[in-house]
Amino acid sequence: MKIFRRINRNIRDAFKSVIRNFSLSIASISCITITLIVVALSVVLSLNVENFTESIRKDVTVVIFLDNDVSKNEIENIEKSIYKTNNVAELTFKTKEQTASEFGKENPAFESIVNSWKNGENPLLDSFMLKVNNIEMIEDTVKEIKKIDGVNNVNYGEEIVRQLIVVFKVVEKACLWAVVALVLVTSFLIANTIKLTIYSRKTEIEIMRLVGASNTAIKMPFVIEGLFLGIIGSIIPICLTIYGYVALYNFFDGKMFASPLAKLIPPSPFIYTTSLLLLVIGILVGMFGSYRAVRKHLKI
Amino acid sequence: MDLIRVTDVQKTYKNGVVALYDFSVTISKGEFVFVIGASGSGKSTFIKMLYREEKPDKGEIFIGGINVAKLKNRKVYKLRRKLGVVFQDFKLLPKLTVYENVAYALEVFALDKKIIHNQVMKVLNLVGLKGKLRQYPDQLSGGEQQRVAIARAIVNEPKILICDEPTGNLDPHTSMEIMKVLEEINKLGTTIIMATHDKEIVNKMKKRVIYIEEGKLIKDYEKGTYYDENF
Repeated sequence: MKIFRRINRNIRDAFKSVIRNFSLSIASISCITITLIVVALSVVLSLNVENFTESIRKDVTVVIFLDNDVSKNEIENIEKSIYKTNNVAELTFKTKEQTASEFGKENPAFESIVNSWKNGENPLLDSFMLKVNNIEMIEDTVKEIKKIDGVNNVNYGEEIVRQLIVVFKVVEKACLWAVVALVLVTSFLIANTIKLTIYSRKTEIEIMRLVGASNTAIKMPFVIEGLFLGIIGSIIPICLTIYGYVALYNFFDGKMFASPLAKLIPPSPFIYTTSLLLLVIGILVGMFGSYRAVRKHLKI
Repeated sequence: MDLIRVTDVQKTYKNGVVALYDFSVTISKGEFVFVIGASGSGKSTFIKMLYREEKPDKGEIFIGGINVAKLKNRKVYKLRRKLGVVFQDFKLLPKLTVYENVAYALEVFALDKKIIHNQVMKVLNLVGLKGKLRQYPDQLSGGEQQRVAIARAIVNEPKILICDEPTGNLDPHTSMEIMKVLEEINKLGTTIIMATHDKEIVNKMKKRVIYIEEGKLIKDYEKGTYYDENF
């Protein structure tokens, strides 16, 4: 019974104190709200950039042209050798006839050319289309493939891929650091605001100590108050994330720059996980900020 | 039996000021003791050590069996529950009513509401504030506020009541009323230790007087008066 009374009292006190110190609570809540909005924006942005780079990575295709006169047996051997490079996500074989018909479909002008080829006149080569697992290793993989007997030429737009790899690395790191830095700054800002609000309640803490409240008993209502502040402060950022992202997704029809490559992350479950993340950050920072601020007043 | 035993206590502040030096005193159960001395004599440091707001550098302070000098920060509450403390500036919570301010000291024990109510009403009756339960501190006079503070200090029935210049902010008439309340509490068996500057009070009460000067205990009168000291 005593423990229930204590828990009950802590929650009641925390709730009362949010209302009693209304202006200070509003200060902490708006601080949490604003910083969480910024965090939400950066999370949405960086995850979408990550998604975008990931889809481009997956789309980089290495075309392996084979010699003109390779036999079926040789093709099978070449396929085995390509798998031996251990960097194969997807490998498809295309005969020169397939390539020619695809070629023809692309443009009516090509079609007449392709159709004019008679049997055995097709100048194109059989090829493998390779998608790699690890794009950073693509150069080594290509070097190995070039050594395989029966491989005529390997093409993957080296320069562009090389540049893309560099850009991806930079963008990913920048996004990650931006989010980490933001979360840290947020914690710091919120902790400081809470510290200020608790400083104004120094006397209250002093009196609690004086009448024989244990340190834990003093900290609990403040920590629970921090939890309330965190929950209340994350309401607006969560609403913005859920409704804002869905609106954005619908507005752009799921694509950025009207490019099929730059797909936005589908809203569900993305918005819910992001919201959960915001709630957790809000609560943790609120509780931790309060805890640290009170602890300062308990040291003598 | 000694309720409080202070032995060879020494305290130097970080700025080099020696507050107490070779300070020893014993106080028995049920005593009423005045602690007097000029500002900066070490009187406040002594009082603060009793409720472990300050720690001595050397020496021992035993209060009801607890060695206060070695008490860890997170265990301080165990001592505080055995003491009541009253200050010059009352230290009431302005946003709580008289009743809530007093009940505050019992709520930390997570007691039943009925028990809290009975106890709070009992002490408010004792200090003569039964009619002002729902008022806020700023609606009360200085003397009344101090009585609320006293009620809060004794509501958990401590063995010792420590008063740090409780009449410092009050006029002579109100001061005497506060002293009457304190004497009443003392008669009920609570040991009272009170630091003061007020000559008149000390002389009228005729209680034990401890005189501190430059961090040392200079004189200890059984039923002291103030006239032979210069303040």
